[in-house]
Amino acid sequence: MKIAYYPGCTLKTTAKNFETSAIAIARELGIEMVELPRWTCCGTVFSLTADDLIHHVAPIRNLIRVQEMIENGQIEDEKRVLTLCSMCFNTLKRSNLRVKENTEDLKKINDLMYREKDYRAEIEVIQLLELLKEIGFDKLKAKAKNPLKNLRVAPYYGCMILRPIEVGIDDPEDPTIQKDLLEALGAEVIDNPYKKVCCGSYQTVNNKEKVAELAYNILGHAQQEGAEAITTCCPLCAFNLDTRQKEVLKNHPDFQQMPVFYITQLIAVAFGLDNKTFGFNQNYVDPKPLLKKKGLIK
Amino acid sequence: MEEKTNIMERIAEANRPVTTGVDEKDIKDWVTIYIMGKGYRVPADLTILTAIEYAGYRLLRSVGCRQGHCGACATIYRRAGEYKLQADLACQTRVEDGMYLVQIPFSPAEKAIYDITKEPYDASVFIKYYPEVARCVSCNTCTKSCPQDLEVMDYVQSAIRGDFEAVADDSFDCIQCGMCAIRCPAEIVQYHVAQLGRRMYGRYGLTMPKHLKKRVEEIEKGKFKEAMDTITSKSREELEKMYAERQREPD
Repeated sequence: MKIAYYPGCTLKTTAKNFETSAIAIARELGIEMVELPRWTCCGTVFSLTADDLIHHVAPIRNLIRVQEMIENGQIEDEKRVLTLCSMCFNTLKRSNLRVKENTEDLKKINDLMYREKDYRAEIEVIQLLELLKEIGFDKLKAKAKNPLKNLRVAPYYGCMILRPIEVGIDDPEDPTIQKDLLEALGAEVIDNPYKKVCCGSYQTVNNKEKVAELAYNILGHAQQEGAEAITTCCPLCAFNLDTRQKEVLKNHPDFQQMPVFYITQLIAVAFGLDNKTFGFNQNYVDPKPLLKKKGLIK
Repeated sequence: MEEKTNIMERIAEANRPVTTGVDEKDIKDWVTIYIMGKGYRVPADLTILTAIEYAGYRLLRSVGCRQGHCGACATIYRRAGEYKLQADLACQTRVEDGMYLVQIPFSPAEKAIYDITKEPYDASVFIKYYPEVARCVSCNTCTKSCPQDLEVMDYVQSAIRGDFEAVADDSFDCIQCGMCAIRCPAEIVQYHVAQLGRRMYGRYGLTMPKHLKKRVEEIEKGKFKEAMDTITSKSREELEKMYAERQREPD
């Protein structure tokens, strides 16, 4: 099945490993992710200001591209656009919701973009985890010729796929979607309350040390519970939990670094796919020694 | 007048020196245009550039090749009864009745200084020298203001994600008139961003063509030294004679 796919800038720069692994597992499941032609920035961070419509132009323009793909017969899923990055998912879905609920806003945005065909507010924005759940984790289990046996993984969710509740893909207080998925793939899941504690988000730009402390708490807590790795589907969370381990180690010399995976990377490992699709060279903490120790890769 | 459909014929027609050798009473069609607010009656088949000159202005800036290649003659105008501002090249646009217009002689946009041999071939180079690109809200004002009809917003977005090939391809016909930068609400300098992109793509994205490599080697080995020395040692008169007597295809 062909589905429209919105990548976002991070997946083309610092999180290519998220994209390559996601495309590979989707293909394995019979899904062809067709990248939007001429996509623009998602809008990065949904603007909460009541009259700040200009910051909803970018997300709505992208949804017009999806509309065009449907009209041109480029995709088979005729109402949805797939996202990977939590931030893009959140911004696109919330802007979409805003114009669906507020026709006056939609009209103003359409008027501003008079060169485009009007957006009809019929598209739905989904995140990859939702699509995988819809396909069925049992199907994923059947594909897992290399089950993640003995691998102790702590899922981390961050905020963007959970909040606000009207766009969240799971229970914002106690999400389990990653746990259910990882268990189906044979992993030992360490569910812990730090799975939704803030990673520090954009504070990472100006306040590295604060973010390093937050990462230390999140990672340290998971380790105390016995976790050997973390999974996420947010490139910003991944950066704060993975790359910031450099600062964590500086402040806490006894800290044991641990790999942070995009969940798609672990699925690709479980599916036994070509190791070129993993993209581990972009992970800050090298996950290969752990996976080798567990006999999951050669 | 006979309808001219071929674009080159229309351009040639527009560039015809109507103001010399033609009696004004032989000119049938006239329009009124407003140059910086002041009204002038001008022949209807002039371009904005020739109309400004017909009205008596002598352009020192805002004029260049007169053929649509150099980007020097950017104009902003508004058509009668419209609120939208249009941007175009004065040498490529015919006057219309009731047009309000002004020439933009220069775009005082920031131009970064960099050494492409010392920069990484990824998106960070754009953020480093032109961090404003990250402020793009995809309003498309730049695209709408481009006299070359380039997809300017698309190449700015390609720059943000480090797609050098798309930046180079989509901006290839840019003539650096600066209209995009002047109109951009995010204060991005699109045309300089594009130039950085093309330079980086030229150095790192494209493979060196074999024939170019071979020719550079030939030049370095001195294959053309004798011919060059012969030419550079000649006097002006000798060079003019050589030029006049050169082998050429008939006109």
